[in-house]
Amino acid sequence: MSKKLRTRSHRVVLNRSAGGDAGITFFLVIMGAFMFLPMLYAIMQSLKPLDELFMFPPRFYVRNPTFENYSDLFSLLNDAWVPFSRYIFNTVFITACGTMGNLLLGSMAAYALAKMKFPGGNFFFKLIVMSLMFHSTVNQVTHFILLSAFHWIDTYLAIIVPAMASTLGLYLMKQFMESSVPDTVLESARLDGASEFRTFWVIAMPMVKPAWLTLIIESFRNLWNSGASIYIHSEQLKTFNYAITQIVSGGIARSGAGAAATVVMMLVPIVVFVINQSKIIETMGSSGMKD
Amino acid sequence: MSQGKHSFGDRVFGAVKRIGAKIKGVFVKKKEEPTVIIDPATGAARPIARDMTRRQYIWREMKKNKVAYMMVGPFMILFFIFTVLPVFLSLALSLTDFNMLQMPHFKGLDNFQRLILDDEIFLLACKNTLIFAAITGPVSYLMALLIAWFINELPPKIRAVVTLIFYAPSISGSVYLIWQTLFSSDSYGWANAILLKMGAISKPILWFENDKYVMGLCIVVALWTSLGTAFLSFIAGLQTIDRSLYEAAAVDGIKNRWQELWYITLPTMRPQLMFGAVLSITQSFGFGAIVTALCGFPSVNYAAHTIMHHLDDYGGQRYEVGYASAIAVILFAIMITCNMVIKKALSKVGQ
Repeated sequence: MSKKLRTRSHRVVLNRSAGGDAGITFFLVIMGAFMFLPMLYAIMQSLKPLDELFMFPPRFYVRNPTFENYSDLFSLLNDAWVPFSRYIFNTVFITACGTMGNLLLGSMAAYALAKMKFPGGNFFFKLIVMSLMFHSTVNQVTHFILLSAFHWIDTYLAIIVPAMASTLGLYLMKQFMESSVPDTVLESARLDGASEFRTFWVIAMPMVKPAWLTLIIESFRNLWNSGASIYIHSEQLKTFNYAITQIVSGGIARSGAGAAATVVMMLVPIVVFVINQSKIIETMGSSGMKD
Repeated sequence: MSQGKHSFGDRVFGAVKRIGAKIKGVFVKKKEEPTVIIDPATGAARPIARDMTRRQYIWREMKKNKVAYMMVGPFMILFFIFTVLPVFLSLALSLTDFNMLQMPHFKGLDNFQRLILDDEIFLLACKNTLIFAAITGPVSYLMALLIAWFINELPPKIRAVVTLIFYAPSISGSVYLIWQTLFSSDSYGWANAILLKMGAISKPILWFENDKYVMGLCIVVALWTSLGTAFLSFIAGLQTIDRSLYEAAAVDGIKNRWQELWYITLPTMRPQLMFGAVLSITQSFGFGAIVTALCGFPSVNYAAHTIMHHLDDYGGQRYEVGYASAIAVILFAIMITCNMVIKKALSKVGQ
């Protein structure tokens, strides 16, 4: 058997045929091109001057890269009726409040569900899992009715408060706590007389930092990408994403600025992900669903 | 009717009954009086005190765990208001003719009858939704699994970069609009330019305004954005598998990586497979926004009209809330049923 073993990057690798390696590389390259080239093309488009944007046949690479489109985007946003800074403020405010709320409420609930046994706990977690099984747009219409009953339509609350109770973050947090916070540690803290809340805050929370980041990013991504235009009418309360979408859909006259806008929208979440990639993967390791 | 063997109808009925029982099982606890109770603190089983009924025991446990309820409470309240309540509200409103202005009247199953018998566009939307979900769901799931598995074979340093390349489209918001440029309706789009150059067509094709192409294009774009959380979960799941399992398997006579995948990898990461399946199914029904962004609303000849769009049409534009709720209820039922069936099937993998 030992004949079959060969080493690659200092680890034992088993049962690997060269043909298989080649096939896998080939498949990854093809799929990678399918995923990556449109993204690259979006970046290329944003750097093209006007004459290169409308050229037949179109060229993939940019010949004379320019940041004109970005400065166009900036001036378009500045000339808008509502100042550009307001859109940015709205997005940052909504994202920060929603994310913090989700983190706080979510991790508290996750701790209780993962580490305390109480009547109704399992049932509640089953409901959470069930909520992952349907897309939230099903609730869109009744959401609207509820929010208008609260008189929250056209306020920040309409986006922030529902976002605080988003369930995917709670689910990941709970699974991660279950697998990476040992019961014995909590038990000894309790024996030392720490209250349950203190045990959660001082002992458990620092141990699940990767899961925080994942929850923050999950929540950030949802809020960042949400236009949320059905609950918000006032231009002053709309988000950066909304403003950008308006520019992107502005037709040919603005296609350069539109391409620049798309790149701005895409780079922010990607940068956030890259910084936290290893922590997110660590959290996902415990994401599995039993039964 | 066929004799002896179960007819198709019987089997469908049986399946529906089983699913029904399963759903019921989630909500209704079996009414068995336990004689022993597992003490949550020590984990040891002990008999219930004679003078205490089950209800009294639960009440005592609830009082003992006040802190737990305080911790779950805030989230649970919001969750009930914004996720559970809307579902039941939809159910209730689907039986009425509510229109946001007048008091609702009870109409029984009228809305459902109208949907199924009189609304041809709804049936078209159902067909489109099912085609969309039946293609994007399994394909994106298998794609995520295969790619994650292949990435796991790469040296660790490259892994992070490749993961990013595949994951990026799903997190970068509205970047899928670039496909509109690639398939733009004038000759500056790539697809048209290539076809024109080859002489296959004489004038540009209006890709997103042609009912022959919209569905296919939307599916491609949806797949492009589909490697999301499920994909990450697979990547992570593969990394957590103990390598000694593979080494032991090699000694036991596993010959190639496909056998390794089938006999070791998949059974070991079944929890992740389950989680990924739930997310993929949910996602495959939720691509409405992409279709609207690419083809406008409504799409040409309703060629890419999904139930999601129908819901938006009646709920968000015509304010026929009762009717829209009926649509929401049907969509909800389809999604939950799909999830339950797939979960059942997946629990058999490697067993």
